[in-house]
Amino acid sequence: MTAYIVRRILYAIPILLGVNILTFALFFVVNSPDDMARVHLGVKRVTPEAIDNWKSEHGYDRPLLFNSKEAGLEKITDTIFFQHSARLFVFDFGQSDDGRDIGYDISQRMWASLAIALPTFIVGVLINITFALLLAFFRGSLFDISGVILCVILMSISGLFYIIGGQYLLSKLWHLVPISGYDSGVNALKFLVLPVIIGVIGGIGAGTRLYRTFYLEEINKDYVRTARAKGLSELQVLFRHVLKNAMIPILTGVVVVIPLLFIGSLIMESFFGIPGLGSYTIDAINSQDFAIVRAMVFLGSVLYILGLVLTDISYTLVDPRVRLN
Amino acid sequence: MGYMKALAAGLMLMQSVLALAAWNNPYPGVDAKKNILYTAFAERPKHLDPVRSYSSNEYAFIAQIYEPPFQYHYLKRPYQLEALTAETVPVPSYYDKHQRRLPENAIAAQVAYSVYTIRLRQGIHYQPHPAFAKNKDGGFRYHPLGESDLDDINALSDFRESDTRELIAADYVYQIKRIADPKLHSPIYSVMAEYIVGLRELADNIKQARQQQKDSVGRYLDLNQFPLDGVSVIDRYTYEIKIKGKYPQFLYWMAMPFFAPIPQEADIFFSQPGMKEKNLTLNWYTVGTGPYMLTVNDPNRKMVMERNPHYHDDFYPSEGEPGDADTGLLTDAGKRLPFIDKVVFSLEKEGIPYWNKFLQGYYDRSGISAESFDQAIKVSTGGDMELTEDMRAKGIRLLTSVAASTYYFGFNMLDPVVGGYSERSRKLRQAISIALDFEERISIFLNGRGIPAQGPLPPGIFGYSSGQDGMNPYVYDWKQRRAQRKSIEDARKLLEQAGYPNGRDAETGKPLLLYFDTTGTGPEEKAKLDWMRKQFEKLNIELVIRNTDYNRFQDKMQNGSAQMFEWGWNADYPDPENFLFLLYGGNKKVGNNGENASNYENPEFDALFRRMKDMDNTPERFRIIDAMMEIARRDAPWVWGFHPKQFTLQHQWMFNSKPNLMANNTLKYARLDPEVRAQHRERWNQPVLWPIVLLLLLVVVSLVPVVISYRRREYGTKP
Repeated sequence: MTAYIVRRILYAIPILLGVNILTFALFFVVNSPDDMARVHLGVKRVTPEAIDNWKSEHGYDRPLLFNSKEAGLEKITDTIFFQHSARLFVFDFGQSDDGRDIGYDISQRMWASLAIALPTFIVGVLINITFALLLAFFRGSLFDISGVILCVILMSISGLFYIIGGQYLLSKLWHLVPISGYDSGVNALKFLVLPVIIGVIGGIGAGTRLYRTFYLEEINKDYVRTARAKGLSELQVLFRHVLKNAMIPILTGVVVVIPLLFIGSLIMESFFGIPGLGSYTIDAINSQDFAIVRAMVFLGSVLYILGLVLTDISYTLVDPRVRLN
Repeated sequence: MGYMKALAAGLMLMQSVLALAAWNNPYPGVDAKKNILYTAFAERPKHLDPVRSYSSNEYAFIAQIYEPPFQYHYLKRPYQLEALTAETVPVPSYYDKHQRRLPENAIAAQVAYSVYTIRLRQGIHYQPHPAFAKNKDGGFRYHPLGESDLDDINALSDFRESDTRELIAADYVYQIKRIADPKLHSPIYSVMAEYIVGLRELADNIKQARQQQKDSVGRYLDLNQFPLDGVSVIDRYTYEIKIKGKYPQFLYWMAMPFFAPIPQEADIFFSQPGMKEKNLTLNWYTVGTGPYMLTVNDPNRKMVMERNPHYHDDFYPSEGEPGDADTGLLTDAGKRLPFIDKVVFSLEKEGIPYWNKFLQGYYDRSGISAESFDQAIKVSTGGDMELTEDMRAKGIRLLTSVAASTYYFGFNMLDPVVGGYSERSRKLRQAISIALDFEERISIFLNGRGIPAQGPLPPGIFGYSSGQDGMNPYVYDWKQRRAQRKSIEDARKLLEQAGYPNGRDAETGKPLLLYFDTTGTGPEEKAKLDWMRKQFEKLNIELVIRNTDYNRFQDKMQNGSAQMFEWGWNADYPDPENFLFLLYGGNKKVGNNGENASNYENPEFDALFRRMKDMDNTPERFRIIDAMMEIARRDAPWVWGFHPKQFTLQHQWMFNSKPNLMANNTLKYARLDPEVRAQHRERWNQPVLWPIVLLLLLVVVSLVPVVISYRRREYGTKP
């Protein structure tokens, strides 16, 4: 397995390089360094001299990808791409264009993202599994049909509606939780209730339907029929046999997103004023802060690759037939 | 029966717990009755360094912390400068090119230099700050620091020791030198370099030194080693600034945070290795002499300012405008400032949560967004805006003021069709000026929050005239004692005289096609653009919308390829020069990179501007401004657009609020009654429990058939 993991990490390097180049190209197709300087210097009394100063200060006065004026290796290294992107591979995110240390900001903000994403994820998965099991147990019944219809309805509603509706009902009308905000430590709990509830409800429809499909697939297999023939109760069949075997496809979807929980939710964090990495990314895009955008895209790619590796490893844990080589 | 009793008891217990504190209170319960002001910020500040900061969302913080030598009187109108840390507002001394002293009323042409001598009040001290902390041997406690000294430091509050120091003249001089530091990108450097003697040379010297220092990035560069000819320390409490020519507006600049003092110790402290990596910089951590100091600095979540324990003597004004006493604005006259102990700013990006928290009493003040306008404001039978019954029932009060801003529709004067100074192009612009009905636009898109502009000057600025005297006669007629927009027939006649009868070129017969460049996107912007098209359709002119992103739009403006556009300007200071310079030829965007986005250049206007800009506010200056307005209105380089009206709501427990469009350091005047606020918050935020009970009951009820069904399936029996 070690060789497999090492190989996957080595595969990740060209992928990350490609992601970096793509992010770089997309960003600079839309924005020139002059544009970035203008956004950061504001709209009033900005002179060409100030723009040149800003570019020089932030290292955007070099050529983008190839420096024909330099000799040797510096043709490549003395470029915006190399100077701003190469350090990412050692997780040195550098400074944002307004002078803040990105690594420090990420380390501070990821906890807020996790504070929402982790409970939403855990509670959501547990509820989805339970509800899907119930539907599978009562498959074909009125309960099952009603459940599936409910899931489709839940899936069809926009996430924004849940947020605004949740804020209106729970906060504005019933005064049960703060409408938005965040605090550190235990004080954060009251701010997390609403986004977590909304996140869980918003995910029930899709999650339950998917897991129900997995269960139904398993339920019709021969080993389940054998289990029933042995005289096991339906609950025993579901929990001892069906659930365990359906965990493999469930794990595919679940484990891969675990590392991405750090990245946070763009909309949720914005609406609830949560200072996480989602709102960090949105703010950076709005302010054309390439340093942060590049760092967050890179981080997202690393975490996604990590998620895929973890998924592969988790297969070996839940299914003894799978071997990584 | 027993279950029901237990349930009832549980509910009663819950209710009694809930009565103690509101569940939806976003703040700690123990702070409920404390003298704390709660407000919000929508956008993360980018810079808190007064040498860089140039936006209102940043001034909301730094203007309470940093103190320039002068400030605007809080209550008096028109706006007046008064001393803040200075003893008085100085009268400049004028000198000719031979260094001979000139009289106070010397005309600008004679004046080669103006000298401002600023004498500071003694005994003003900085807020507690680790940069001032000293060892027993008298050396600084935290500079220089060793490599490992920052291991446990993540915020400024992690430094255990702090101290203060008296404010001295050298701190102001140091800050002026910082304006010239290219590394700091001060937005006013280019303007100040035109005036402050030696500032440009200083910038060159610093730039050279920084180049030589490049190998040792982050090392402190002592700006005091570089001379600045025009600025000098006279004694511990006095400094002098020498500027080129006569520039009365310079005093206004000195009332802005750019001219606030920075203690050199703080700059040295934050320049130490390892500080920047932890975001410990002067750009994020403030050190001032103002009424408040920043104690929590988390721009991602909240910023907290607390009373500066060393704040100097400062008292609520005893004089104001007529009527201020009647509205209670002089009740606190002569009382020591500030009134509020702590100010909590929470990051609130979305308008809906902000508005709802205001209605719940968790924010003390609020603006009015488009979504909440109808809920807050109604139009009375007399056409006035007033609060709705709901707002009045809550004791909410409305404050309105016309902003010292102007938003206009500009023509690019370099454009071959709409630009130029021929009679033809002038009449075309005048026709469009009539057709673009800004009264309608204010009504539809601003809910009436604005007044149509008659020229570039907003109300409250010297040179502005109201009534018939201030009316733009090229667009309006004075009828029934008010300015009424000329008819569309008048516009069509002008269009015909311009050579476009019925919107067609008389020579070629081709329809007139005009282009409007904009960055607007989204449904609301689309509605505005549709409205714009309709205005041009009145003249049978086809308007082509060229929608582009902000960067491309800026490029077009820079190289003069936009034909028509919309732009705006917020006043830096209350002087007509700050608006009329937007039309001065020397400030053209194309070629001069100035703020004259229309690239308007009329020699007559420019000559008058040069005369007017250095004058004191005399009747003669007023007459010159009138003449300039007449020229500009006739040439019509802008459709004069509108001046926005600001609406602010505040709760009944807030006092001493008066809109002041020039002053940013107004928090120190605000007073609140925390007891009244706590009572209202409790009354408005009682938790509603029945939905929880209903939900529990629903879960139980829905489980019953599930259990029954399960038992039937498993055991084939009824429970």
